[in-house]
This record gives sequence, C-alpha cells and structure tokens, in this order.
Amino acid sequence: MRAALAGDSLAYKRLLSALAPFLRGVCAKFCARIGAPASEVEDAVQETLLALHLKRHTWDPAQPLTPWIAAIARNKTIDAARRRGRRVETDIADFEDVLAAPDGADAFERELDRRDALRLLDQLSARQREAIEAVSIRGQSLRDAAQALGVSEGALRVSVHRGLKSLADLYRLKSQ
Amino acid sequence: MKTDDLIAALSADNATRGAPLSRAFAVALGLGMAASVVFFFATLGVRDTFFASLGQPRFLFKFVFSLTMAASGLFLAWRLSRPGAVAGPAAKTLLLAPALVALASLAEMATTPATLWPARMIGHNALHCLILIPLMALAPLLGLFAALRHGAPSDGRRAGAAAALAASGLSATLYAMNCPDDSPFFLAVWYMIAAALVVALGWLAGGRWLRW
Repeated sequence: MRAALAGDSLAYKRLLSALAPFLRGVCAKFCARIGAPASEVEDAVQETLLALHLKRHTWDPAQPLTPWIAAIARNKTIDAARRRGRRVETDIADFEDVLAAPDGADAFERELDRRDALRLLDQLSARQREAIEAVSIRGQSLRDAAQALGVSEGALRVSVHRGLKSLADLYRLKSQ
Repeated sequence: MKTDDLIAALSADNATRGAPLSRAFAVALGLGMAASVVFFFATLGVRDTFFASLGQPRFLFKFVFSLTMAASGLFLAWRLSRPGAVAGPAAKTLLLAPALVALASLAEMATTPATLWPARMIGHNALHCLILIPLMALAPLLGLFAALRHGAPSDGRRAGAAAALAASGLSATLYAMNCPDDSPFFLAVWYMIAAALVVALGWLAGGRWLRW
C-alpha cells in the first residue's frame, strides 16, 4: 500500500488482486448470514474495492492496514445488506479474523470470481463508461487507451476517475 | 464487469488521489470560522465592556470553557474521520468542558450569596444565546462536514455529533465576546443547551450525509 500511495501502480494492482480473495471470503460469509444470494457477493467485493480506492487517502501509514480494510469491508457489506432492507449489526472482529486467516480459493470462490458485477456500469455517461472499459476490460494502458479513443491522456484519466466516483455514488443511492 | 477488470481500472486511476485529511480539516475550519467571524463583527461585535473585562476571571473562564469544548469536539471528529478508527482518549476529553463548568459553578456558589443565583443563571438574554450560538455554529459545521465527507467515518452520526460540538465551541467563543452574562451558572445552563441543540443536529445530519 505504501508503494501504491507513492505512485507505483503495479504494486497497487498486486495489492488489490491479493486482497480480492480475502474480501470475497468476508463478503461470502456475510451474505450467507444475512440470506443474500451468492450473486450479491461479487457486487459487495467490487463495492469494497471501489471504496478502498476512493478513500485510500484516509489510511494513515503509521497505522496497521488490516483494521482499516476490515472497517471498509464492514461498512460496505452493511450497505449491501441495507439494499435488501435488512438491519444488521456486525462485529468488526468477524472481518479482521477473515482478513488475518484466509482459506485457499476453493471452487466456490473461483465460480464467484467469474461472475459479472458492477452492472451499474450501464448507467454511467457514455464517456465515463468508455473510459473505464478501455483501461479495464481491454486491459490497455492509459496512453494506449487514450490514443485508441482519440483523447488526451489527462482527459482520459479524469474520465476514469469521475466514472469510478459515479459508480460508488450509484451504489450508495441504491442502498439508501 | 469482472473484478479483475475493476482492479485494472482502479490501478490505472492510481495517479488521482484525494488530498490528505489534515488539509481538508484545515481548509474546512479556516473557511467556516472566517464566515462566522465576519458575521459576528458585522452584526454583533464585542460588548462595550470587552477590554475592561479582560482581567475578570469569570469573563476569561467563558473562553476556557468554549475553547475546551471546541478542542475536544475537534479532536474526536478528527479521530472518527477514518474507517476503523477508535475514539480512544478523544472520547474522554468530552467530559472536560462539563467538568470545568461544574467546578466553576461550585466556586461561584462558594463566593456569591444564594439570593443572587437565580438572577445569574437566568441572565439578561438567554434566548439570544440559544439562537446565536447555533446560528454561528452553522458555517464551521458545514466546513467540518465537508472535511468528514472527504474522509470516511465508520459511524456518521457520532462523527457528525463530534463535529457539531467543535462547531458550537467555536461559535460560543465568538458569542462570549458579546454576551453580557459571565456567570458559570449561565454557561452551565444556556451555553450547554445551545451546544446540545447543535450536537443533536450534527447527529441527525451525520447519519444522513456522512455516508460513503
């Protein structure tokens, strides 16, 4: 995380990829408990990753990373539960336990991994959706994607960032 | 969208990052407080006896009280602005301002005859106090809410209430420069009620607007 905050995007990508299975474990456990279908798990994982990304300036490098991530995961899974009209109280310890001791990715998790989430992408403006799809689904670097779309790299960066923010807002609206 | 695709998009966005929280708090307090200070000097101003009162312990205690309230609220709001943060010692400092005013009230009881107590508690214009402290707390409260929204408080209501306490402490500091009542009795009743109103507002507003 430190390297990521210093601007190392590769380190950041490695960190997020490593976190995803843990978060999936947390969210799967939580969704099972509140009786949410497994299809919601990947939504919750992606929502947590988004929040983690947009709020990463709130991590204090002097503090351990795990409680910070656990608190975000907890907040976001509660949001997911609210969408189902349920009131739930959760203990932060549940999240920290899972984060601290992950079990290996089993077939169930791999199945979840293949699911599509963020169906909200369709609700973004055309420009934002295009930008996010270009840098993610087609796996292009910012520069290549900008060239392909015929926009400047700076403009694309802004569109990607705004798009991610809008996604987080859409999720929040859904859970209110 | 697959999770791996999202991760790719997030890491492509690594260059765009929010400003540190300390800066958000500094800007919020600066702007919010500036608005209230301008309002105070434009409409109220310091009381006529302001400079003559600077040597009086009762008058000075009003500022000790209001600034303690502001500092403890700010400390707590700052602590609660990050996910997973624990209030820890910040929650205990909340007791400081009420404890101070209780002690000062005891001292007041010891030094003034009981016949004066009701008049000192009721003061000259309690309604003025109840309106102006919440009113001048609005701008700093708005600023602090903006800062907290930039952060990510786990519990919006508590963070909102803490911000409101800080804002009412700051507002009370301004108001105390105009208010003719210096007795700790007056602080214990009217200043505290005014602050409680703002804190209740902060609690409710925090639950609604500090979600992320």
